[in-house]
Amino acid sequence: MAVYEIKAERPAPSNLRGPFHWMKENLFATPMDVIQTVVIFLFLFWIIPPFLDWAIFNASFLGDTKADATGTGANWIYIKEKLDMFIYGFYPEEEIYRVNIVFGLFFVTVIFFKYIARTFTQKAFIFLIYPLMAFVLIKGGYFGFVDIPTDKWGGLLLTLIIASVGIVISIPLGIVLALGRQSELPIIKNLSVIYIEFIRGVPIITMLFMGSVLLPLFFVDGVEVDKLLRALIVIIMIESAFIAEAVRGGLQSIPKGQYEAADSLGLGYWKKMIFVILPQALKVALPNLVGISIELFKDTSLVMIIGLFDLLSMVHLTSNDSNWLGMETEGYVFVTFVYWIICYTMSKYSMILEDRFNTNNK
Amino acid sequence: MAIFYNKLFRDILSQLIIVVLLVLFLWYIITNLLYNIDHRGITTGFDFFNHVAGFGISETPIAYNDTKSTYFDAFLVGLINTLIVSGVGIIFASILGLLVGVARLSKNYIVSKVALAYIEFFRNIPLLLQILFWYNVVLATLPSPRQSLAFAASTFLNNRGLYIPKPLLQDSFNIVAIAIVLAFLIAIYFIRWANKRFEDTGKETTLWPWLIIIIIGLPLVVFNIVDTPVIIDNPALTGFNFSGGMRFSPEFLALAFALSIYTASLIAEAVRSGIEAVTKGQKEAAASLGLNGYQSLKLVVLPQAIRISIPPILGQYLNLIKNSSLATAIGYPEIVTVFSGTVLNQTGQAIEIITVTMAVYLTISLSVSLLLNIINKKLEIKER
Repeated sequence: MAVYEIKAERPAPSNLRGPFHWMKENLFATPMDVIQTVVIFLFLFWIIPPFLDWAIFNASFLGDTKADATGTGANWIYIKEKLDMFIYGFYPEEEIYRVNIVFGLFFVTVIFFKYIARTFTQKAFIFLIYPLMAFVLIKGGYFGFVDIPTDKWGGLLLTLIIASVGIVISIPLGIVLALGRQSELPIIKNLSVIYIEFIRGVPIITMLFMGSVLLPLFFVDGVEVDKLLRALIVIIMIESAFIAEAVRGGLQSIPKGQYEAADSLGLGYWKKMIFVILPQALKVALPNLVGISIELFKDTSLVMIIGLFDLLSMVHLTSNDSNWLGMETEGYVFVTFVYWIICYTMSKYSMILEDRFNTNNK
Repeated sequence: MAIFYNKLFRDILSQLIIVVLLVLFLWYIITNLLYNIDHRGITTGFDFFNHVAGFGISETPIAYNDTKSTYFDAFLVGLINTLIVSGVGIIFASILGLLVGVARLSKNYIVSKVALAYIEFFRNIPLLLQILFWYNVVLATLPSPRQSLAFAASTFLNNRGLYIPKPLLQDSFNIVAIAIVLAFLIAIYFIRWANKRFEDTGKETTLWPWLIIIIIGLPLVVFNIVDTPVIIDNPALTGFNFSGGMRFSPEFLALAFALSIYTASLIAEAVRSGIEAVTKGQKEAAASLGLNGYQSLKLVVLPQAIRISIPPILGQYLNLIKNSSLATAIGYPEIVTVFSGTVLNQTGQAIEIITVTMAVYLTISLSVSLLLNIINKKLEIKER
């Protein structure tokens, strides 16, 4: 007969928590991990301290001219002095307050839209009145505001105008194109497919060249089409095709039963789409739509090639100033920072949206 | 009117309206176009292709003469440069993207976080900005040829570009080439033999050490037997600049670098999401069948991950080819710079030139889509 004996209690394993255990598990688990960790730390050590020295510790912040720079690192005085150029381009200095009002009104509008407006009509009114006010304030020519021609617009202002006008107008057009592509009517379907695939198949830059060289030939002789307007037309043409593809993804995810249910309720095509299919499809497509908006926001920098003065082109323009020669590095780093902040915020926001809309399927 | 409630009638009517509107629109544009062409005295037609171009191109992979070559030759030079920079970009973006994508899933905390930082940093910055940064900031501040940075094996980097040794293939290299082909044929034969043996008897053959010996060893032996199959042409400093060797211009380097680094961040995401999409249950099922880590990766995880990753990766390749057109901002002579830029300025035939450029890109896009469809068919889950 076996004799069972109670074994002596063992002490609890001592190293299962705390920073050392964490490092052993996550950084030095295997010999391969040790090598990788060491290599990466050496790499980071090689990259980060010199960059911080350049950007912060040895950089110059105080002063008004290039000669005031004391450090051996970056000269941020240049960014400070040229900040108006980076934000407003060649917008006349005494009129800049109008742009600032537009920026301020944006937040007021968002607050009204989210918290104060209750009905659909109120929301639609706010949604329509803001662009109108923004246009009147920025362009001028009405209510005693001096008219500012579009070639004076520039910098971040121009980038934001192109991006937001492009996206807002392209979304309805893109939805219509996506519906066209899913349509049962052969002519409408094929026209949509040809348009979407054509736009997706050619580089944006060739479309912009088309806009700046060919578009004027399409109008009656003598009609001068504004350079910015030409770029906007092209950008809207491109964006609507890309948005159509994102919306199509959403439309394809809607089960057939939804269409049949709408049909059996006796809804016509447009009622079926607007009240049953699109609300569900757009919800699915929303993260993709934000992703595409980020892509298109980045692509607005291409308008620089056809001679518009967007944020990116300001680096070249301001560092060609004879008082500030050789400041390109600072300019590029600053502009990179601005683009990155905007795009990264948008991508994080799309993740939040994805999470929020995922819940009802879990 | 009852007929308005007839579905067929309404379908035909709505399409008819669209067609009529489209025709009216096109008619308006084309009449204006024809009027403008006539009024401004713009020449039309594709005759200009045969005219002498008369401008120089800095990088000419095929024979091109400043004074004799035609616009068509210039077009070809541009097209080939587009293909070269895209090919180089695709190769490096794939390698880097795969590396970063796998690193992103590493259990090592710091490896995974550095990969994440790489992805989030580069994909949230406009590509044009990255190209200009490499060109105007990094490459422009490199030292002059006399102070060039030297690397191993006669490789020099300076503000005129990157110089590397150039292998000049001699006639006797043909024998080596035959040996390479032969080695591959033998390898394929062995793989077939091993597969057949596995299917017939169920016995596995450890083949890969032999394959490596054949594919690398055979050409290497032949290479050493044959009388000087390759002469190396090393770049050397003569006066103020380098001569000999192979030169990559700063424009090419900036473009290839930016395209690879940017696209790699997007490919890494595709690789990661492909591997993550293979559910845990699949890996557990593989483990419960007794497959070890390598077998589970090779037989269960990768076949499914590849099926999910290939379409987005091919899409990124296509984007890379299209994005190579941004070269026009720094003047690398690819098709948009040479053809839609210089040739358009010289001839003024915007309609023809932009149409041809778009047609070239459309052909490339459609070929890639075709390839994608074929691959999708091959990778499709075969349900029985």
